[in-house]
Amino acid sequence: MSIIREVIKAVRITLVLWVLVAVLYPGIIFVVGQLALPDQANGSLLKNAQGQVIGSALIGQPFTSDRYFNSRPSTTNYSTADPQNDTAGVLKTGVSGASNLAPSNLALMDRVRGKSNPDPQQAITGEIAKLQAAGIRATADLVYTSGSSLDPHITLDAAKSQINRVAKVRGLQPNQLEILIVQNTDGRFLGILGEPGVNVLKLNLALDKLKE
Amino acid sequence: MLQGWIQIALTLLIVVLITPLLGGYIARIFLGERTPLDRLLSPLEQIIYRLSGIPVETEMMAWQYIQAVLFSNLVMAVFVFTIFMFQGLLPLNPTDLGAPTWDTALHTAISFITNTNQQHYSGETTFSYFSQVMALGFLFFTSAATGIAVAIAFIRGLTGRPLGNFYVDLILSITRILLPISLVGAVVLMAAGIPETLSAPVIVPTLEDPTVQQAIALGPVAHFEIIKELGENGGGFFAVNSAHPFENPNGLTNLIQILAMMAIPTSLIYTYGIFANNRKQAWLIYGMVFGIYLVFIGVATIAEYQGNPAVNALLSSPQPNLEGKEVRFGWAQSVLYAVTTTGTMCGAVNSMHDSFMPLGGAVLLANLFLQIIWGGQGTGTAYLFAYLILAVFITGLMVGRTPEFLGRKIEKREVVLTSLLILLVHPIFILIPGAITLAFPEQLAGITNSGFHGLSQVMYEYASAAANNGSGFEGLADSQPAATALWWNLSTSVSLLAGRYIPMIALVLLADGMSRKPVVPMTTGTLRTDTGLFTGITAGVILIMGALTFFPVLALGAIAEAFQIAGGI
Repeated sequence: MSIIREVIKAVRITLVLWVLVAVLYPGIIFVVGQLALPDQANGSLLKNAQGQVIGSALIGQPFTSDRYFNSRPSTTNYSTADPQNDTAGVLKTGVSGASNLAPSNLALMDRVRGKSNPDPQQAITGEIAKLQAAGIRATADLVYTSGSSLDPHITLDAAKSQINRVAKVRGLQPNQLEILIVQNTDGRFLGILGEPGVNVLKLNLALDKLKE
Repeated sequence: MLQGWIQIALTLLIVVLITPLLGGYIARIFLGERTPLDRLLSPLEQIIYRLSGIPVETEMMAWQYIQAVLFSNLVMAVFVFTIFMFQGLLPLNPTDLGAPTWDTALHTAISFITNTNQQHYSGETTFSYFSQVMALGFLFFTSAATGIAVAIAFIRGLTGRPLGNFYVDLILSITRILLPISLVGAVVLMAAGIPETLSAPVIVPTLEDPTVQQAIALGPVAHFEIIKELGENGGGFFAVNSAHPFENPNGLTNLIQILAMMAIPTSLIYTYGIFANNRKQAWLIYGMVFGIYLVFIGVATIAEYQGNPAVNALLSSPQPNLEGKEVRFGWAQSVLYAVTTTGTMCGAVNSMHDSFMPLGGAVLLANLFLQIIWGGQGTGTAYLFAYLILAVFITGLMVGRTPEFLGRKIEKREVVLTSLLILLVHPIFILIPGAITLAFPEQLAGITNSGFHGLSQVMYEYASAAANNGSGFEGLADSQPAATALWWNLSTSVSLLAGRYIPMIALVLLADGMSRKPVVPMTTGTLRTDTGLFTGITAGVILIMGALTFFPVLALGAIAEAFQIAGGI
């Protein structure tokens, strides 16, 4: 009988603690967030002049053209997909992920260095070759994929080495772009902790605004 | 490189400052002394005691205590497993997720009740908000509180007190430690940018090409995040855990997460010092663990800072290894987080351990093997004292004195419990399943990084399970629908359960036995355990035992891989 008594005690304490830590606690934080910190609590979403959501200040987007500052390579292409052809269901839930390639993995070297193959379908253009073709100095952040595949940042070096390319295509002065980079850099916490990063989406939004 | 080390030093300085404050507070709670929150929380606790029918004053005997741990954990795990299987019918499921496969649900329930949070799934695509908040978030608190309660019972027994009442300690751990810190921490994390919403993912056209759309996964993350770290749980809301910008958006959130991971395991050593009335010994042990921790950080930072020589040869200048790392954390905060999360058995990650350089990965594996470079919530501190008892026994044999710890004789029963059930269970449930898996690389292993690194992938997974850590070399094909997922889910479940409950039972029995022994008066012939010499010997015992058991794994995995890379790929 003592076993039944033990089980009943365990069930009662499970239910009581469940209400406390899995219902009341999240409920309080949810209400505080929605009332006092609605911007952050809803994902730091960015809106355009018409009030439509166009992204999040914390989540990167893919940029590969010469009209924009390019972002880091991403294993999920920043959780994006063509809505006409989303067989993997990316747009249903959103995704994140990393390459998880070991430093000794040949696939990592193929991705960085490139790999020639008689069959053009099988050939890989290396990250370094892509950057060279674009005239961008190869820095670690632009060669390596991020941990989340959603990294909103590139390093200051990576942004600066893209100034001339973007300035030429857009017909802008390089120093205008330098100012934009500084304005869209998230610094270290208290100037010490973490690394400074240039928020690519915010920088490119500012770039589009400059034109108008 | 210097700036990175300054970041690390500053963070660790804060950790050391927190230790006596939190450690002293925890001691006051469990010694039944007055604490500042009494007036607010005592009525709440009275309500909880009444609703759950706990007779507060009852002291538990060893087997009663063990029974309470096992039954409560079993009921909670079954409850959570049921929620997973009925997730499709439950509310708060904006992306219409159905039930996961039975083996994923089983592995997840076991993994979270054991305070491990090994995840063989992606949060975004597998679990609804209901399952995340009301099932996983529930176990975040209770599994952490179970660990603290057992550690306190162990410390009580070691210092000659009765074990106490498991249910009372479980409740106090939540109401006095975990919940108050989480309430404050969650609000700070929200203010720093972490979302807390129930709305569905947001779909936006991308700026560069509006025909391509981006899905931004959201959720009630902030309240989840703080207890994930504070409770040494580590199970991410999203697939990539704290590398996700919504789980860890900047230097401030990263600092809070590291401090939250470190706070309780470091403080419990000080709590012991108060219980034993020997703060000097507590600081000596603290210093020993801190020393090993610093060496590990040093090795891993150098490895990651120097980067991958094969890639550096193609770049104009040597660069740190940023594969699987976020720009906002860089090499320094990524390494500090990784060494801390594997040391404290949290298991959250802000960078991908699979992509670390071989020596960086070796340090993380060493943390999982040793289990005491701070160690898990409560259990880590207890294992530390298990090593201390073993060191007493060994030095006693060497100098020919009767081994005594805190004035109580260490005899056969203590040595058997310590060596066999606490310290040997760990390698048994790593090396044996690891060997079986490696014998069938095609059918069972699902290795994605071939060669030497593949061995590390497999061993890391079992070490992470048996140590109740939860991080992984995540390239491994261990999630459904991979063909190897069923094996991984079931075999790691065995390591998870064995690594959690066998040592816990032994700890309670050991503490109970120690508390009943007569105290031998201290004489000049007594071997003192609060000296630098003895602490140094303990460190030697820990490192020699760890090296003898696990060095072959490191040699065949990480060290061989390091030579392979140095030789050119």
